[in-house]
Amino acid sequence: MSEDIARMGQCKGPNRLLDHLRRAWGPFLFMAPATILVLIFFLAPVIIIIGISLTNMSSATGFKNWAWIGLQNYGKIFRNPKSGTIFRNTVFYVLVTLSLFNVGMALVVALLTTHVPRRGGFLFRSLWLLPRITPSVVYIMMWNYIAADAPYGILNRHLLTPLGVKPTNWVPAQPWAFVILTNGFIGASFGMIIFSSAIESIPRDYMIAALVDGCSLWQRIRYVILPMIRWPLLFVTTYQTLSLLTSFEYILLLTDGQFNTEVWSLWAYHRALNNYWGNFQWGFGAALATILVIVGIVMAVVYMRYFQFTELVQEPRIEAL
Amino acid sequence: MIVKLEHVTKKFGDVVAVDDINLETRDGEFVALLGPSGCGKTTTLLMIAGIYRPTEGVIRFGGRVVNRVPPKDRNIGMVFQSYALYPHMTVLENLTFPMRLKKVPRTEMLQRAQQVADMMGIGHLLDRKPGQLSGGQQQRVALGRALVKQPDVLLFDEPLSNLDARLRLSMRAEIKRLQLDLGITSIYVTHDQVEAMTMAERIAVIRDGQLQAFCPPNELYDQPRTLFVASFIGNPPMNFLEVEVVADGDAFKARCPEIEIPVSAERGRAAAGRGKVVMGVRPEDIYLTRDGIAGEVYVVEPLGRDDLVDVRVGDVHFKTLVDPGLGLKIGDQVRFGIRPERVQFFDPRTEHSLLWN
Ligand SMILES: Nc1ncnc2c1ncn2[C@@H]1O[C@H](COP(=O)(O)OP(=O)(O)OP(=O)(O)O)[C@@H](O)[C@H]1O
Ligand SMILES: [Mg+2]
Repeated sequence: MSEDIARMGQCKGPNRLLDHLRRAWGPFLFMAPATILVLIFFLAPVIIIIGISLTNMSSATGFKNWAWIGLQNYGKIFRNPKSGTIFRNTVFYVLVTLSLFNVGMALVVALLTTHVPRRGGFLFRSLWLLPRITPSVVYIMMWNYIAADAPYGILNRHLLTPLGVKPTNWVPAQPWAFVILTNGFIGASFGMIIFSSAIESIPRDYMIAALVDGCSLWQRIRYVILPMIRWPLLFVTTYQTLSLLTSFEYILLLTDGQFNTEVWSLWAYHRALNNYWGNFQWGFGAALATILVIVGIVMAVVYMRYFQFTELVQEPRIEAL
Repeated sequence: MIVKLEHVTKKFGDVVAVDDINLETRDGEFVALLGPSGCGKTTTLLMIAGIYRPTEGVIRFGGRVVNRVPPKDRNIGMVFQSYALYPHMTVLENLTFPMRLKKVPRTEMLQRAQQVADMMGIGHLLDRKPGQLSGGQQQRVALGRALVKQPDVLLFDEPLSNLDARLRLSMRAEIKRLQLDLGITSIYVTHDQVEAMTMAERIAVIRDGQLQAFCPPNELYDQPRTLFVASFIGNPPMNFLEVEVVADGDAFKARCPEIEIPVSAERGRAAAGRGKVVMGVRPEDIYLTRDGIAGEVYVVEPLGRDDLVDVRVGDVHFKTLVDPGLGLKIGDQVRFGIRPERVQFFDPRTEHSLLWN
């Protein structure tokens, strides 16, 4: 035992080299599992999609007879008369749902439920989670039931007729309102959970200090709470933007893109996987998806700038492991 | 500003955190709230700050009842153990934050912040964030933020507990000095008796939500009104033993089975004829002598300037401070005396002092 220690003391040279290697490679070793997952499940699909977007692959060509066609799919997108409308639809849908619900209402609900007695807040938040764990089809069926035309529909029969409003078929009448509501009520619960746990973990002394310093409720939210949950705000905003850009199942179930509610991801789905004529245009759909990926990355970078990401992730204080 | 608590009680559900406390500060006085963990010090302070509303009783600021006045209208400054500096604001923004909320004009705001920063010696740190400061510097900024409002009352909740021992010592002196200069009524929560004894003009000792004593430090030390105060104040703590005090002519003696200790007539008279009472003796009131009570050294703990020696007499142990030069060792036979005019007596049932009530 003591001999071992003595020997270790002697061969300092090679040890130092080993030490150096370990130090250089240590961080990579720690990051390896996550990196491998990202590579397999994120980077690889993106590369494959970009690859397919450069081909004319479709049901007609099959997986054998396709050919590289360069950027032709992108050219088709830009020349397509529908793409402008659909792009505007997408921006509108994402911005409004995100600001009103996925971040806005999430924040309001989180603030409210953390400023009422704990049990009540907890119960309310649990109830709000129910739609998220309801199967999408059932969830949209419930909305259809709410909005259905006269003589059916909760809205028509029980809420509006007593008020003297003329019954309507609500989804075609206000398609965007219902698309945004159906997505927003589910989307808001994600931010609500993140924000309320972030608010609850702000040390109590800050709240007391803010009160003593003279903050009103609004000032406390504006100057103390919001700056302290900037990190979760960035996360939820980014995550939900990407999620809204790419998710389409509720729109698919509710309107299937009718009444001018087609959004970019739904368009990609329709062209690549669910085509009326039976010709699934995989290449074209992949090009649509690639544009979404690019928009998503640009948005994420913009958000990081806006929230001053570099300030949030400061250099660790511990320098050596 | 005179702060007055009248029969103040605070309950959280079934838990009585503060139990019928009566207390009145003088204008500009430095008062310490002292007590063990969980006794209700912070709760009391937060009621004075207006964060909690008393369940019962009245809190007055200079005669005005403030029970329903929100914290921002009480003109108080508060300093926390955790500093509670807003991490996203620079030192300057932290200092000016209370004034910004009050809409103080910009030039006056900056001037006041600069003045306080200079007073606290943090003038060179104004554009740093709290995360880039040491604990001591953060505590200075926190103190500055409390002072910049020119508050009527300063509240401290264990502000020095997170600092290292040396820094605590110097900050202690500095806070004391500042408070004297500014003359702001201050209420200072601590569980460190040395802090309370050295800084406060009067100390309120709290136990289980109840006020045990409220008096100047020396009185607390020399005339403890309850067994709890006697045992809580003083380091090393007081020795306690159960005795019976008997009169022997003009002289009084405290007796327990194996020992007989002469006590002064003045003190002995109050305890005589009451059956079993608790006698308290401070370690520094026990001295070694040639003709005294015989005992055996049980433990020796060197404290540097003194040795803390545990002397055993039968089943009774006495802790005493001894000159390390004597070189006492475990097992040595010693004889000691007890200063007869310094002993304390307590009723074992009520735990109240028999001497000071
Ligand atoms: N918000 C609360 N809800 C329920 N009980 C509480 C609450 N705040 C304090 N208590 C209880 O009241 C008692 C006094 O608490 P307090 O924080 O005033 O103690 P303290 O003297 O400041 O202790 P410490 O030295 O540990 O800070 C404790 O028993 C505590 O558990
Ligand atoms: Mg406390």
